[in-house]
Amino acid sequence: MNKIYLDHSATTRTDEDVATAMLEYMTGNYGNPSSVHSFGRSARKAVEEAREKAAKAIGAEPNEIIFTSGGTEADNLAVRGVAYANKKRGNHIITSSIEHHAVLDACKALERDGFQVTYVPVDEDGMVNIEDIRNAITDQTILISIMHANNEVGTIQPIREIGALARAKGVFFHSDTVQSVGKIPVDVNELNIDLLSISAHKFYGPKGIGCLYMRKGVRMLPISFGGSQERKRRPGTLNVPGIAGFGLAIEKAVGSLDEQAAFQARLRDKLIKEITARVEDVKLNGHPTERLPNNVNLSFRYIEGESLLLSLDMKGIAASSGSACTSGSLDPSHVLLALGLSHEIAHGSLRMTLGKDNTEEEIDYVIKVLPEIVERLRAMSPLYANREKANHQSKECCSNVQ
Amino acid sequence: MQKKKKKIVVAMSGGVDSSLTAALLRDEGYEVIGVTMQIWPSDDPEKEADQGGCCSLSAVDDARRVADTLDIPFYVMNFRDLFEVKVIQPFIGEYLAGKTPNPCINCNRFIKFDAFLSKALGLGADYIATGHYARIGFSNEYGRYTLCRAQDDRKDQTYALYNMNQQQLERTKMPLGEYTKDEVRRMAENYKLGVAHKPESQEICFVTDNDYHRFLREKAGEEINPGPFLDTKGNVLGQHEGMAYYTVGQRKGLGITFGEPMYVVALDPERNAVILGKNDEVFGTELLAGDNNIVLFDKITEQLAVHAKIRYSAKPAEAVITPIENGRMKLKFSEPQRAITPGQAVVYYLGDCVVGGGTIEEKL
Repeated sequence: MNKIYLDHSATTRTDEDVATAMLEYMTGNYGNPSSVHSFGRSARKAVEEAREKAAKAIGAEPNEIIFTSGGTEADNLAVRGVAYANKKRGNHIITSSIEHHAVLDACKALERDGFQVTYVPVDEDGMVNIEDIRNAITDQTILISIMHANNEVGTIQPIREIGALARAKGVFFHSDTVQSVGKIPVDVNELNIDLLSISAHKFYGPKGIGCLYMRKGVRMLPISFGGSQERKRRPGTLNVPGIAGFGLAIEKAVGSLDEQAAFQARLRDKLIKEITARVEDVKLNGHPTERLPNNVNLSFRYIEGESLLLSLDMKGIAASSGSACTSGSLDPSHVLLALGLSHEIAHGSLRMTLGKDNTEEEIDYVIKVLPEIVERLRAMSPLYANREKANHQSKECCSNVQ
Repeated sequence: MQKKKKKIVVAMSGGVDSSLTAALLRDEGYEVIGVTMQIWPSDDPEKEADQGGCCSLSAVDDARRVADTLDIPFYVMNFRDLFEVKVIQPFIGEYLAGKTPNPCINCNRFIKFDAFLSKALGLGADYIATGHYARIGFSNEYGRYTLCRAQDDRKDQTYALYNMNQQQLERTKMPLGEYTKDEVRRMAENYKLGVAHKPESQEICFVTDNDYHRFLREKAGEEINPGPFLDTKGNVLGQHEGMAYYTVGQRKGLGITFGEPMYVVALDPERNAVILGKNDEVFGTELLAGDNNIVLFDKITEQLAVHAKIRYSAKPAEAVITPIENGRMKLKFSEPQRAITPGQAVVYYLGDCVVGGGTIEEKL
């Protein structure tokens, strides 16, 4: 059975060139970049080259890049590091209800430490309202953290405007750009961003490496201790193979961004159009136009996303429902609930995220198989059998969305 | 042409029994899919850390490792909300009402052989399988699927399975019914399953420290109030800490001493009283059972001589059941039984096979 991978927002296959480049820094050039000798120096050179590539990809300066173990650590460092460094100025943070848990849970931890957090809502397309943010700002506000593109529904936020607002109010602005870098243009100056988080494995780089961009002048304390690496903001021996892979991966991804965005958006639109035409009672989640070129998120009424996901897996199609977690179990997604979906409809959601290696044939296969599975599961669903009654009871039925 | 393999979803808890079940069925030629049912919320990392309960993350990891060893696909399915509503809340409610519930019976009835079975069939499975010690068969004599006691009498679990209906029995395999626990451990060793010597799971999987008093106190402490200890004539003997903390037949932990051994003989929710009596008052010969499910027949219309047991650990004893109104059953034992406990199940047997069972409503 040929397997079809439609879960690129979870992770991607590491690019062959990237993997090859990394190997050199494990078996060949294995020095510790903090060492004085020649081994250390040549490892250091690789790190600084990658730093330049990462900076260039987002319009930043190399010394504004702090390498981390990935997006989660970058988010934690930004949110907690800025909060603690600025707590004399204020104790208020603004974020949204659809952030990744790396931001949400960091905020929750800060609340236990006496910080105040405002979680601005989103509309039914997953879009924050900039006026909600404006109204939430007080003289105590020290940080605004709003993600660029949502990992589940793909909605792209008006980051430039939020950044401009934050700057005008003298508040630091962090954006979780884990899902947007490499898929849509990200430039820290154009978007008025002070801090942003990147994870390499979302754009064909290795897992376990990412970075935090921190604009010069931002005040941020470290959250772990024990070394002077990364200007003491992130101590620990640098992951040289990961960093080298990161540098090459981000360079390649941003270099082919226009071409890939166009290609994946075409497959995305075909998937959405054909599935919604072939299946009744299906709803597209997320914004119809302001969305990532690779994101499809559909809710199928009367069935559980869990059963759908497992059935697709048995047909060799890898997708996701909500976001993956440690146990591989599925809870209703906080993002879909924040969009106003009922528990029942949120449970019936399916995320398919495209990548550079997907083909037209694969999409055609999904278009053929997915409606069959939905039909089979609905035939066994008591909810579907009672749908007439249910439709009378609830008005929020999801008609076909084109 | 090669016949298409039958697909079977095995409920894998991470323990030795369900692990071996998966292994045996794989080698019998089924296409086996392993699934762990996540049933108990485990959001708190401090509480979660290695409690060894059947539903904790470490159990999921054990099951996943077994699935990897057996090279079968493995999934986790989420039943947490349903488990809360169908098992945990009734468990608390029954205790508050002066009964002694058996949550495993509800879990089997509403989770494993209902919601889980439906999901498995939805995935295109032909069967589900569990690691229960019981034998499912088809009897030509009765023209029905039967549920009979396991080969290993000490491990037999039919008591907790009497609610199964014909459709559920038709779709369920319990291969361990043919083996003893020792054989199961030995076979698990041969399969090199890491869980071969994992200790037995605790009595109630969601009360991870086995302290159900603490559990009830945390969940419903404000509804549990002190009240009187009464003797069977209504005289006050002292004060109890809350009716829910006592169970019929209990002698230890009453907190007071008497001239002779005293036992809990009944709980009276109307007076919030715990009734105490002497040893002979703990015994009874007749009971009323409600919510009956009949396995061996379509229904029972007249008196039937059976063997019956009133708790998991009891030996089946000679009795006669008589159907009365509303699907209830009156049961009379030949010999008095100790601690007939409302809330517990009573299960009827003919020979080795389950006739049916119900919930004890009262001792008559």
